[in-house]
Amino acid sequence: MTAETLAEGGQIVDHRDGREIALRLRGVRTQFGSNVIHNHLDFDVFRGEIVGLVGGSGTGKSVLLRTIIGLNQARRGKIEVLGIDTHSLHGKTERQLQSRTGVQFQDGALFSSLTVAENIIVPIREHAGLDEEMMRCIAALKIALVGLPADTGDKKPSELSGGMRKRASLARALALDPELLFLDEPTAGLDPIGAAHYDELIGELRKNLDLTVIMVTHDLDSLYAVCDRVAVLLDKRVVAGTIDELLAYDHPWVQEYFRGPRGRAAARQESNGSNG
Amino acid sequence: MAEAHPTIRYVERSGAPVLEVGGTWTVFSMRGLGRQAEQARRAARGRDPRLVDASAVKRLDTAGALEILQLAGANAETEVRTDDQHHAALFKVVQSNMKAAPPARHEAWMFHVFEEVGRDMVDLLRQIVNLCAFSGEILVIFIEACVQPRRFRIGVVVRQMLEVWIKALMIVGVLCFLIGVVIAYQGVQQLRQFGAETFTVEAVGIGMFRELGVLLTAIIVAGRSGSAFTAQIGTMQVNQEVDAMRTIGLNPIEWLVLPRLLALVISMPLLAFWGDMTGLLGGAVACTVYLDFTFVQFFDRLRDTVGAWHFYTGMIKAPVFGFVIAAIGCFEGLQVKGSAESVGQLTTRSVVEAIFVVIVLDAVFSIIFLLADV
Repeated sequence: MTAETLAEGGQIVDHRDGREIALRLRGVRTQFGSNVIHNHLDFDVFRGEIVGLVGGSGTGKSVLLRTIIGLNQARRGKIEVLGIDTHSLHGKTERQLQSRTGVQFQDGALFSSLTVAENIIVPIREHAGLDEEMMRCIAALKIALVGLPADTGDKKPSELSGGMRKRASLARALALDPELLFLDEPTAGLDPIGAAHYDELIGELRKNLDLTVIMVTHDLDSLYAVCDRVAVLLDKRVVAGTIDELLAYDHPWVQEYFRGPRGRAAARQESNGSNG
Repeated sequence: MAEAHPTIRYVERSGAPVLEVGGTWTVFSMRGLGRQAEQARRAARGRDPRLVDASAVKRLDTAGALEILQLAGANAETEVRTDDQHHAALFKVVQSNMKAAPPARHEAWMFHVFEEVGRDMVDLLRQIVNLCAFSGEILVIFIEACVQPRRFRIGVVVRQMLEVWIKALMIVGVLCFLIGVVIAYQGVQQLRQFGAETFTVEAVGIGMFRELGVLLTAIIVAGRSGSAFTAQIGTMQVNQEVDAMRTIGLNPIEWLVLPRLLALVISMPLLAFWGDMTGLLGGAVACTVYLDFTFVQFFDRLRDTVGAWHFYTGMIKAPVFGFVIAAIGCFEGLQVKGSAESVGQLTTRSVVEAIFVVIVLDAVFSIIFLLADV
């Protein structure tokens, strides 16, 4: 199979099933100077699914994520987030879209001068403006929701461990109950147990809060455990499919990624888990 | 998004109070809910309903579910009736997590003030102890370096001198020149009243040499280089570069602190001398304008009336000030922990402390020179 035979939205096989499209990229091109990162990139994410975004170092996973959330301007192409074209978006529509999406950055990016609870309250105050008491309760709920102990709310980000910071950052991303959640390497740097809990948490939240999740990750276990589909950045484009489809996809990088020792270990673990 | 408002109603159903909610319960729709909730609560007359009927709710998110459950008394046994599967799941998630909500902490302001003052005092004492320990560490490294001169890292020292000396010449020169002009102008104005305007030369000379040249330079250097030292070392601390140096076996004192210290101890007298000279030039220029002196007359009188010791006193202070500024700058840089915010805080503190200590030391020097009668 080659890139020319892909179905709509960079998919190997169409999985849309009549679902609403949460994210739609068409012909996107990004470049820094003369260095083209993505070209003619098509990518669809459907409502309610968890999609893992993988790719070798330097293939522009983070750049793609930044382009989608509007921190980086695409040179060409069309990006629709929750049905809204993000090109030259401004004012009220932009703020509304921001309130419907949540982003968890790689190292948390919590505001270092605020406590964790205040960090969570920031987007609520900015977009919803409830009274203080209610916002504090919501913050406490989100902290409990991501599995942090209740006293975390009064702590500064610098007092937390790396894993706790990631959870706190997720709590802030969830502050407004977004429909679309972007996670940048959510399990990188976590111990395997912590990472597994985190995967479970994402799955739970998706189920309960009706989330659509796009996560950049290198964690093969996460891909097997929670992702419905995996999008691979290959030759400046996205090839998306289930893991089984990708296993059958004829590309050296994909084959090495999923059939390498780590890929096999993750697959074995998954099949053991589902049998037992 | 046009939001439908949430509705609240307390009703009696077969003798038991029931909370009926409907409409849109999301984080965006609940603004100003407080009054409505208060009215409904009054209608319930203090009885917490055990049953919540949420079948009329159109849209719901976690914040909405939380608020509804709190209106019902935030009880773990509260039963929620709803037809929507998603809503039921949401209520369940929120209910199982909300026990963790801590009460808001309110501190009496008096308590707060005492706590802050106490904390600051302890911090100050700790600071003094740490600074002493730090000075000792520098001294040890310095003595070691005297035995093994290659540990002075001359390359780093020279690079730092470019920053703290050469690049500061412009600003120090301009400011001292202007201060020289100002003193001369004021001197002429005041001294003319009793016909002693020629003493302006002494005023400029002694003032610049003894105090102003070196003090101005020290303050500029503290703001320019002391802050830079703190920010550089602090940022390295945040990036764990200092830790990396330690694991490779590079002593941060030897590589980061000692070169900066030496650079500033050498540069301060040079800068202070430059400041003195530009200050005199400013004074001379002002005197030619307001006093009809020529340059030659000005410097002749200066040579005849201002003794060399006035110059030496300033020069003796300069390296000491340089040491203090560099030591505080590096010390605060190494105190940085964790976040970017701490770099900013400690940079401010380094500048304030350096200027404070410089002025205190200046006073001490004045007393010493007074006793030594120079």
